[in-house]
Amino acid sequence: MKDISKDFSGVVVLKNVHFNIYEGKIMALVGENGAGKSTLMKILTGVYAKTSGEVYLKGKSVSFSTTKESQDHGIAIIHQELNLIQHLSIAENIFLGREPITKVKNINWSKLYADSQKWLDILGIKEDPRELIKNISVGKQQLIEIAKALSLNANIIIMDEPTGALTVSETERLFSVIKELKAKGHSVVYISHRLKEIFEICDDVTILRDGEFIAEKSIQDIDEDKIIEMMVGRKLSEQYPRVPYKPGEVVLEVKGLSNQFVQDVSFQLRQGEILGVSGLMGAGRTELARTLYGIYKMDKGEIFLNGKKAIIHNSTDALSHGIAYVSEDRKANGIVLGLNVKENITLASLKSFSGKLGNINMTKEDDSAKSYMQSMSIKAFGTSQLLRYLSGGNQQKVSIAKNLNTNPKILILDEPTRGVDVGAKKEIYELINKFKKDGMSIVMISSEIPEILGMSDRIMVMHEGRVTGIMPIEAASQENIMSLAVGKEVSKI
Amino acid sequence: MKLKLNKHKLKEIISKNKPLIVLLILCLAMAMLNDRFWSWGNIVTVLRQTSINAVIATGMTFAILIGGIDLSVGSVLAICGAIAATLITTGMDTVLVVLITLMLGLSIGLVNGLLISKGRLQPFIATLGTMTLLRGITLVYTQGKPISATGAASSHSFSNIGTGYLFGIPIPVFIMLVVFIIAYYILKHLRIGRYIYALGSNEEATMYSGIKTDNVKFFVYGAAGLLAALGGIIITSRLGSAQPTAGMGYELDAIAAVVLGGTSMAGGVGTIYGTAIGALIIGLLNNALNLLQVPSYFQDVAKGVVILIAVLMDRKQKASR
Repeated sequence: MKDISKDFSGVVVLKNVHFNIYEGKIMALVGENGAGKSTLMKILTGVYAKTSGEVYLKGKSVSFSTTKESQDHGIAIIHQELNLIQHLSIAENIFLGREPITKVKNINWSKLYADSQKWLDILGIKEDPRELIKNISVGKQQLIEIAKALSLNANIIIMDEPTGALTVSETERLFSVIKELKAKGHSVVYISHRLKEIFEICDDVTILRDGEFIAEKSIQDIDEDKIIEMMVGRKLSEQYPRVPYKPGEVVLEVKGLSNQFVQDVSFQLRQGEILGVSGLMGAGRTELARTLYGIYKMDKGEIFLNGKKAIIHNSTDALSHGIAYVSEDRKANGIVLGLNVKENITLASLKSFSGKLGNINMTKEDDSAKSYMQSMSIKAFGTSQLLRYLSGGNQQKVSIAKNLNTNPKILILDEPTRGVDVGAKKEIYELINKFKKDGMSIVMISSEIPEILGMSDRIMVMHEGRVTGIMPIEAASQENIMSLAVGKEVSKI
Repeated sequence: MKLKLNKHKLKEIISKNKPLIVLLILCLAMAMLNDRFWSWGNIVTVLRQTSINAVIATGMTFAILIGGIDLSVGSVLAICGAIAATLITTGMDTVLVVLITLMLGLSIGLVNGLLISKGRLQPFIATLGTMTLLRGITLVYTQGKPISATGAASSHSFSNIGTGYLFGIPIPVFIMLVVFIIAYYILKHLRIGRYIYALGSNEEATMYSGIKTDNVKFFVYGAAGLLAALGGIIITSRLGSAQPTAGMGYELDAIAAVVLGGTSMAGGVGTIYGTAIGALIIGLLNNALNLLQVPSYFQDVAKGVVILIAVLMDRKQKASR
């Protein structure tokens, strides 16, 4: 792809970008959110038309106006949000729209299942092709997407954040499949925020920033810091700025909390501390947080706030007790995409912006939104821009601002930097540290161990719904967190 | 560049006011086709004929904004009309009759809300059930015969609601305007209005924000029931009697008005202003087809075609964005 430019009604999003895909090699494509990665891939696959520039496939100039055309030329894309139909079987999904038919135009089910089985075998997926997609794990669904791409004779497979929702072992499985594909001469474009993964499997890396081509490097000639520097255009001094911690009073104490998700969870949270919660997917961390926030019922156990027993039946109770929860899944339950910036920022605290009769004080509301936009550097055209049009990092900041507006004493952050680019990550870390300095108590759930080690004052590790260890930061290391997380050992608490 | 910007702005103005443009085109076409159309008398007639659908459509707007629907409004109108007529014949004071009837509508609406929130029924199914149930109760109660509201002590004041004039404008038109203004204020300036949009756009995130979403649903379906009862009072007063089959199919006219006004059936997007325009389009259409002496069987055909074209125009605009 040469000199690709694209503008949307006058707004330039790509400026003379170069991009190469080599046969039998894995090309990483990196850049902050909004750098133009997805737009570039959408041009390649025929979703968008380019404004100028040329695309060459095997030396020949091509231009696709539909995804069907790019598919016919052997290009397939696997989106971050998988395009599988949950209530159809694996086989039906692989061959959707291309089902083998019999002479009388019925679906040839035996051939459909046999062909699907062939692809499942090639990718080493141990599932029955008759199984419904909704019954298999996200990791396997990802592999089914690859099977679908391969069955389309794709030579070039584009993967957009494929490991976002995968567990460690699923990621490993995916990587070995990608390596096999490479060995067979397929080319892969790998888009990811996780630089470690890029060093693990990619051959080359292309870096974009603000719609411009920055560099294409062989992976041996570059290191992680250098990539980050190129992505953000400035040196990242320290990823995790540490703030000293003076242990305060115990503000939250959980004793023997049990329900369908967690068992016998007990811990304390002190004022002005960050308690990092680590564990693998399915360890019950999010469920624990949501139980404290009143979303899930608790069967047994007690919650004490400042030494007094608290009863929390729903999120309204939690907020009135000063507990706020920033969701891991902001689009599902963190923010309202159809409302604008100010309406989201005040959504959880609208009572304090309205009179006795419930009439909203629009000026006060707008002022509050403006001050959050400034203090958290939320990038939007104004307080009236719909959340739908903000980048992931800015949406996340709005989600945090919404919770801050309730004046919480305890802030539960569930994967606060998921799907957020490197620059915005640092900003969010700085915000979290600021809250800590202001005396807020923070529970931070994260799947990224470096983040946990970089930010927490104490660390709690969970495994299958139980707490397997709580330790001060000084005693923590990648290794001991991991062995607690996989349940290999349980430390005395 | 400046010209381009203006063109852009013009496009935006047009796309934001699509329903209004459809309405204006209809007006223009009618003005050319029939010289009686632009008379004061006819305009007043159109507004009066629109008023009942407009009042019901306002409640429907709330329901559709939260991603729900209320199919029972036509039946609520019928049972409330029948109760109002009965109460009037007992000689009860008009104000009291109106209040009791409105309370009845509100209560029925709250039952809908209960079925949908606590009973976790799909709004379509829940209100389909109450629609059928209430129609049946109305038929049983009236024994299939109209209940006259005339000849009693307060009949005269009661009939004023539907037939009276204030400054030369029919009282139902005033009622419609007041309903629009209150609904506009609720959606734009009150907390509950904000919650309605939030709930329609993302119920889970709204619940996570500490908002009691069940209460919002009670409010919405309660309002829809209350406004349907108001429609029942107007129609009974206007006709001087309650018909057992009154309001049949009114829920569909109300939905059409809401959708014509640009409100999304998926919830979260829409305005009362749009619904007002939508209701006017339907009222105007009925009036135009009568003035043009289109045979009544063909009127539905024409109405259907106009609704589809208007909604398609709107959708096309949204898809091309």
